[in-house]
Amino acid sequence: MATAVSGDDVVSLSDAPTRPMNMIEAINDALDIMLERDPDVIVMGEDVGYFGGVFRATAGLQDKYGKTRVFDTPISECGIIGVAVGMGAYGLRPVPEIQFADYIYPGLDQLISEAARLRYRSAGEFIAPMTVRTPFGGGIFGGQTHSQSPEAIFTHVSGLKTIVPSTPHDAKGLLIAAIEDNDPCIFFEPKRIYNGPFDGYYDKPTKPWKDHPDAKVPEGYYSIPLGKARTVRKGEALTVLVYGTMVHVAEAVCREKGVDAEIIDLRTLVPLDIEAVEKSVEKTGRCLVIHEATRTSGFGAELVSLVQERCFYHLEAPVERVTGFDTPYPHSLEWAYFPGPIRIGEAIDKLLEA
Amino acid sequence: MAKQGEGGGYNRPRLALHVPEPKFRPGDTVDFSHIPVPEAGAQPRPDETCAASETNPLCTALVRVLGDDNKAHGPWDPRLSPDKLREILRDMALVRAFDERMYRGQRQGKTSFYMKCTGEEATSVAAAHALASDDMAFPSYRQQGVLISRGYPMVEMINQIYSNRGDKLKGRQLPIMYSSRGYSFFTISGNLATQLPQATGFAMASAIKGDSRIAAAWVGEGSTAEGDFHSALTFAAVYNAPVVFNVVNNQWAISSFSGFAGSERTTFAARAIGYGIAGLRVDGNDPLAVYAAERWAADRARSNNGPTLIEYFTYRAEGHSTSDDPSQYRSAQEREEWPLGDPIMRLKLHLIELGEWSEDQQKAMDQELAEAVKAATKEAEKNGILGHGMHHPFHTMFEDVFEELPWHLEEQADQAIRERKIKWPQQ
Repeated sequence: MATAVSGDDVVSLSDAPTRPMNMIEAINDALDIMLERDPDVIVMGEDVGYFGGVFRATAGLQDKYGKTRVFDTPISECGIIGVAVGMGAYGLRPVPEIQFADYIYPGLDQLISEAARLRYRSAGEFIAPMTVRTPFGGGIFGGQTHSQSPEAIFTHVSGLKTIVPSTPHDAKGLLIAAIEDNDPCIFFEPKRIYNGPFDGYYDKPTKPWKDHPDAKVPEGYYSIPLGKARTVRKGEALTVLVYGTMVHVAEAVCREKGVDAEIIDLRTLVPLDIEAVEKSVEKTGRCLVIHEATRTSGFGAELVSLVQERCFYHLEAPVERVTGFDTPYPHSLEWAYFPGPIRIGEAIDKLLEA
Repeated sequence: MAKQGEGGGYNRPRLALHVPEPKFRPGDTVDFSHIPVPEAGAQPRPDETCAASETNPLCTALVRVLGDDNKAHGPWDPRLSPDKLREILRDMALVRAFDERMYRGQRQGKTSFYMKCTGEEATSVAAAHALASDDMAFPSYRQQGVLISRGYPMVEMINQIYSNRGDKLKGRQLPIMYSSRGYSFFTISGNLATQLPQATGFAMASAIKGDSRIAAAWVGEGSTAEGDFHSALTFAAVYNAPVVFNVVNNQWAISSFSGFAGSERTTFAARAIGYGIAGLRVDGNDPLAVYAAERWAADRARSNNGPTLIEYFTYRAEGHSTSDDPSQYRSAQEREEWPLGDPIMRLKLHLIELGEWSEDQQKAMDQELAEAVKAATKEAEKNGILGHGMHHPFHTMFEDVFEELPWHLEEQADQAIRERKIKWPQQ
């Protein structure tokens, strides 16, 4: 039987008492702590001020820190991100919110050509220490413009750090680390699991976070280093490389199938914890890569390549990959798109039979 | 329902697309009489604290100070001392001498690329003199005058242009894409207009922190078509950001004339009206008018009266860069016929008119500046020129992507260094 391992690699974690939180509360708590600790932290975005964000991630913050530190912005992603670059160059640590990851494209030039390159092109004279928070992924009937998982676009860009938490505990610690980081970070929040972990069956409601061990979030400040994966559970039969919402789906499928899988939650895609990946695949000899984003040129392709290049002689079977389909995210058929238990189960069977 | 295709719609008039065309092409005789040049001194100067709408008439006018009589006129006369005027004249002349030398350097193969600002020197030099030295400049690619005016060492500029051992940017950036935090000169991007939202963000940050520094950004008239321009103006207007937007309308965006950015219908300064911010349209070849307008806008921003959009109406006398030949797309006569003259000539004649300068002094200064540029060039060449060897350790190629080197870049750096030993064993 696999054992749950959680919360390793956590630094600065005192014996603080814990409190059950869902992911939105954990993110709100992280922002609250950083606004309190560092007067240079600024929170901005569409509807984040008085209203507290359409997902309530910034609720109460404007009241507490005032309108010049937490404020609404015009509907202009190019403006939000471009302005954040200038604020970062001044010396602030802006935390802009892009309301849905699907809206980020008008701001891409500012992210890709500007934020990501500022340090390089100025040889370290100007930096953009900003953390772009954005809800991403499907499973909430959001249609094609409220469901996308565009993480691969950002992992392809030199100079950006890409972060995807999968639990309230990690969301808080990783967000704090991202805000403290001097490089521009993209923080993708898997909105399907904002309010509870999700085990992949569309006809079952999402469970509340309160009973989950990773929802016991320490009070106060702690951070989780970027570039360190989390072993969700140890196992011998195969390695599952996964992040975000799909961590919980993978866990449920392995549990229900009784597979002794080692599940690695990558937590940050860039920088990637290659050591954790190699160690696990060398032990199990089998590897499954899962993400919700579309298949072609997805981040899974990168993971499969890395495993093939670095662990080939330890492999007992070809690396498998389970992803969303190469279509825009459909509205009424979203549960047909979603890489759920059937797709994952079949891939596991194929891996174990090989 | 009307039938689709040619002649569809039956008796309705056929629609037609308008594609702008500049007035003159190669070989054409130039006549600039359609450009109204108002009398110097005729434009009113509202107080810096005025309502933005008070500047609306100035968005379609042309603020001028120096008249044909070489005298300063009217309320926009900044009343600068002769010493200050000589400083501005000297900096403009130095920029021109520098451009001349670097252009030749490119033709001699010492670097890959260069961009002159001939004819537009006032829009960066006089503007820089009107700003505080620590106001952050967010330049486009033709504001070498800001660095020169702030006393940035020419040798450093040339090191950057040559991508040599001395290049502080480690040979990563195109020539002329300078960066200097110490001189409050923001790193230049090749993607146009991206610096405008950044300048706005910098200005907002300065205001959030209760600082007194403002931001000033420069952009060409062609790039006002970029979304960034409009995002920047929206944010600046919404938050009353202490920022000055300088649109250098030099008439040409490579081979596309300003009509492709919308100049046939209105002015670029008039963009300010729609955003409810102050706007000024200024004779960009009149250094006194440029100084006065930039100072007005800077004072306005500094006293929390908000952003200003300034259009500097000028002319790009040379090609866009060393990579294009303007004789292929515009009449060679344009440069000679430009109705607003040359900024260096105009300031020189003004100083002579004041009895504070002479042709002989100008000649001596030009000689001295040419020598200074030549000496700086020689000094920089000691650090190497582009193409003569690889001046930077290969490991530097991988630094500054992130603050710390992650494993994948360290691995790739090892590969690059190994390849170097095989490919270039002598280096």
